[in-house]
Amino acid sequence: MRRLAIAAALLAVAAPLAAQDRAQDAIRIGITYRPGTRPGLVVLPGSGADSARAIVKRDLDYSDRFQMIETGTSAAGGPVNYEYYRTQFAADHAVEIVSASGGVVVRLHDLAARRVRNQQTFPLPAPEAAGFRMAVHRISDEVTRWADGTPGYAASRLIYLSGDRIHRVDNDGADDTAVTPGGEKALSSAWAPDGRRIAYTRFSAGRGSIAIRDLSAGSAETVHGTDADLNFSPAFSPDGRTLAFARAEESGATNIFTSNVASRCCLQRLTVRGFADNLSPTYSPDGRRIAYVSSRAGPPQIYVMSADGTDQEVLASFDYGATGPSFAPEWSPDGASVVFHREVSRSPQIFILDVASGRVKQLTSVGRNEDATWAPDGRHVAFISDRTGRRQVWIVDTETGRVRQLNTAGAARLPSWSRLLGG
Amino acid sequence: MRTHSLLSLVAVVLVTAACGSTPDPEQPVPQAGVDSAAMRARQDSIDAENRRRAEEEARRAEADRLAREAAARAGQVRTDLTSVIHFDYNVADIRSDDRANLDRKAAILQANPSVRLRISGHADERGSDEYNLALGNRRAAAAKMYLTNKGIDGSRIDVISFGEERPVAAGADESAFAQNRRDEFEVTSGGDTLVAPQ
Repeated sequence: MRRLAIAAALLAVAAPLAAQDRAQDAIRIGITYRPGTRPGLVVLPGSGADSARAIVKRDLDYSDRFQMIETGTSAAGGPVNYEYYRTQFAADHAVEIVSASGGVVVRLHDLAARRVRNQQTFPLPAPEAAGFRMAVHRISDEVTRWADGTPGYAASRLIYLSGDRIHRVDNDGADDTAVTPGGEKALSSAWAPDGRRIAYTRFSAGRGSIAIRDLSAGSAETVHGTDADLNFSPAFSPDGRTLAFARAEESGATNIFTSNVASRCCLQRLTVRGFADNLSPTYSPDGRRIAYVSSRAGPPQIYVMSADGTDQEVLASFDYGATGPSFAPEWSPDGASVVFHREVSRSPQIFILDVASGRVKQLTSVGRNEDATWAPDGRHVAFISDRTGRRQVWIVDTETGRVRQLNTAGAARLPSWSRLLGG
Repeated sequence: MRTHSLLSLVAVVLVTAACGSTPDPEQPVPQAGVDSAAMRARQDSIDAENRRRAEEEARRAEADRLAREAAARAGQVRTDLTSVIHFDYNVADIRSDDRANLDRKAAILQANPSVRLRISGHADERGSDEYNLALGNRRAAAAKMYLTNKGIDGSRIDVISFGEERPVAAGADESAFAQNRRDEFEVTSGGDTLVAPQ
């Protein structure tokens, strides 16, 4: 919670996000890439711990908090020459990684103050062991916190739909694996807050139940109340006890329900309107509200309600007949924003709503961009884009606008980002 | 006809042979009057048999023709019952040019009370993947409602949705999109002997 509070405060202060663009003229791209404003960081060359150093270096680059500086020189050993890195490379921070027995010692040097600001010994499994990369990612997140005061997102994974199966991939593109069995057609999926389970639709001949799959045990269980009709777009409550989802009913209407997954009971209907479709629920991080898509006014738009279904109202304002239909909201980890996609000239683009002010900001404009999901740092967003010809996962830093592609096995759909994953 | 000619020829040969040969005392001499009467009777029975066969042939042909026509009608009934209807972008309203199609389906369902139908709704790839599941479901339910409003028992019709998961036309142009925004109709039981509505 403290991390979230810090992130929220930073977002509120830093937000050039919220600064521009009223809802109706938010076609412009509101952010620009400003490399000069970030502190310079150099990962010191060294001997040993090469694979850990390479991973940390890339993670810190992907964090978008630092101007990464390449010195091009090889290991010298001995004490760090603060003056050299400060004057020759305009670096503010230097990260030193040295091998220690059973792991590495990591030091963050403050070059201006000429001192070690943080130092910690991290145990690491052998580089070829299964947990090695994730253990190094957690080091990267710790260094990010030392240097920037914000949580990173290196120790996280995404799930996405590839063909008929849900895949899981590290946020840097490593270890892409199918986690649902072949012969089963999966659709939308969501992480449980514990990072050990996922919920997803098992689609079968026009109907579908929602299953919760334990990723390490490989077992799956059907969620109570989802074995009739077509159930989809699952979302866990932040405490992991409740699953909200949409059900397309025989009457033709789609409505949002919750099921208590902790005690496997108690199907509850949250939306009741028979003449509108209500779907794609997403909980606020305090668990008290649910943003969702509703077609109650005609074209689908983003609404919000209390977690018990009361107090339904428009969340992302729109001009009837002018604003394109809007879909797939996801509440940010800090609670301040909701990301969603909205059609602009019949092409979906990613938007971010600032919940407090009600302002929206368009993040993308190249190609079709849809189904966004927040990184655990509340600053990066992954989404599906066809900008290179086929649907792939892309990641954008919402503060600088820097974009990178996540390499996935095949065409990708419906991504969902985990929280930070523990050891 | 060919059998008839052959039999006549054999009869003529027999008569000629009888007249032209030396009578054999061991054999009864045929009497000319008796001979011609027997042959007439024989010919008559042959003709009758031929007529009977021809009539039976004609009856069989007519039955075949009727069966073929019935099958063709049943095929047409099935085609009418399972033909696809289409939708405009992002809506689930039955188009006016599909009403006649659904009216035919309603009449067929009335004439075939044991038939059960499954309607699956589909969307083009625009909109969100998840919203399209809801849209497909609404499109299938719209066709069901049209049929129940025509007096068809709703318990005979299931609705399901494939969203954008099963396009019939590849491509990302309006022509492909228009083909993919559709309802499909599948007979799930009682479809073996379909009769045409009166």
